[in-house]
Amino acid sequence: MTLTQKIISKKAGKPVKEGEIVIVEVDSCFLQDGTGPLAIKRLKELEIEKISPPKRSVVFIDHSSPSPNLSLSNDHKLLRDFAGENNIILSDIGEGVCHQRMAEDFVKPGDIVIGSDSHTCTGGGLGAFATGMGSTDLAVILAIKKTYLKVCEAILVEITGKFSKGVYAKDLILYLIGKIKADGASYKALEFKGKELDIEERLTISNMAIECGAKAGLFPSDEKTREFLKKRGREDDYLPFKPDNDAEYIEKIRIETPSLVPYISLPHSVDNVVPVSEKEGLKIDQVFIGTCTNGRISDLRIAASILKGKKAKTRLLVCPASRNIYLSAMKEGVIKALVEAGAVILPPGCGPCVGIHQGVLADGEICLSTANRNFKGRMGNPNSEIYLCSPATAAASALYGKITDPREIL
Amino acid sequence: MKISGYSHKFGDDVSTDIIIPGRFFHLRSNLVELAKHLMEDAKQGFIDKIKRGDFIVGGKNFGCGSSREHAPTIIKMAGIKAVLAKSFARIFFRNAINLGLLVIECDTDGIEDGDYLTIDGDGFIENKRTGKRIEFVSLSPFMKKILEDGGLVEYVKKHKGI
Repeated sequence: MTLTQKIISKKAGKPVKEGEIVIVEVDSCFLQDGTGPLAIKRLKELEIEKISPPKRSVVFIDHSSPSPNLSLSNDHKLLRDFAGENNIILSDIGEGVCHQRMAEDFVKPGDIVIGSDSHTCTGGGLGAFATGMGSTDLAVILAIKKTYLKVCEAILVEITGKFSKGVYAKDLILYLIGKIKADGASYKALEFKGKELDIEERLTISNMAIECGAKAGLFPSDEKTREFLKKRGREDDYLPFKPDNDAEYIEKIRIETPSLVPYISLPHSVDNVVPVSEKEGLKIDQVFIGTCTNGRISDLRIAASILKGKKAKTRLLVCPASRNIYLSAMKEGVIKALVEAGAVILPPGCGPCVGIHQGVLADGEICLSTANRNFKGRMGNPNSEIYLCSPATAAASALYGKITDPREIL
Repeated sequence: MKISGYSHKFGDDVSTDIIIPGRFFHLRSNLVELAKHLMEDAKQGFIDKIKRGDFIVGGKNFGCGSSREHAPTIIKMAGIKAVLAKSFARIFFRNAINLGLLVIECDTDGIEDGDYLTIDGDGFIENKRTGKRIEFVSLSPFMKKILEDGGLVEYVKKHKGI
């Protein structure tokens, strides 16, 4: 069995086959402020007297936090009241992006995790079957703990070797998406094999599984997962989960990391991927380092190491993915180095990624971002362009005001 | 079951950011206002071009990106009776069924903007302009049931669970 089949079988209480639709109990679920109010509306339509949500259910206020306007303030109030009335955990403004917070404190290996956000697949980095759904699905899960799942086929991605200097997990996932394209894993799970990758790298890779259409992007849980959970004070949540040796995959892809280079995704689709060297010299207006893809401590450290003692030539926005990361970055002097280099530090959350607030681009402007999407209009202006890259490429490019291959300065 | 309407044709990889951009986030709790901006980054004034019962026709990977259910919600509110595409992104497809919005995976290459189409529940679509039939595979019985009940909320109410 694949890891996907194993986890779903355990929850379904019987061995499952691909293509089958099963009803499962959800271990952990969450709403965010973009999709949460609609879920609450649907929950009312269900006319259920008393809801029975999964034990680890969380409401996040991260997409537009703090609120930039009156109507979103009212949405936030609705979510806070809902969490309070139903005894559901609230992760309010400044706590961080839902996917990072879920990884830090809520996702367990072997869990089924459902969030009303497409990047819920991030939790696969810890060995959970984590997938995004819509507001109606979340309303039903909050009401009765259950959902329906179609058991999907899986593609195995074997990752071997160590990254060359200046090349990171983000480059790897951009390379993979460029290779299999935006619908290359539609209705399938991506199962990664890459023991050498640390948890932050795994989370970056799993996070972007949805960008090639995947339902989930899972890593087996191992000693590195245990270490990560231990540091968060929840070693007891650890369970080893891996696919069977004879698991059947519909496709196998092998990526040898030493052969990878820094990659960049061109507007307006994530799968439009070329080596950074092909775009070198393109003038940029804004650099954004953060998000559920690349706002973790290792990302901020890389950016600070490149920018320390120097000045950015672009507007530079930095958004730690969680309060915990923000605090670590302060302690380590990472925030100081970035601020001295000209960075504006944004409160932990989604920042400008979704185009609601904080750094909306002007007509004709170009942003180089460490986020996961560059769709037309994504950052709030359909007449602007977004390029996606690793934190190292972003920082090196900020330094020169134009797209720069980080290997030149590392 | 037979339904007919005019086609509004779009290309490949129509994202939910195109269907309803994030810059209208503040209107998400005001769906009537939100619906006025349906697909406007792809076709200016699109909402005014729709007649009740029309179809949206896309290429491959329709509805990719964000899980925002607002996308299929406002498509339905705008009076669109079905979305046809070569393939759908998973979350959009599921959301549409959950809302009782008909989604059909079929070869859309021969369909042009403004074509008059008739969808036959037995598994084919007739294009009046070309006179051709396009076949499609029916939904799984479970998904069909949700759709027939009018969406997942109605399904759960009727069957007291899933």
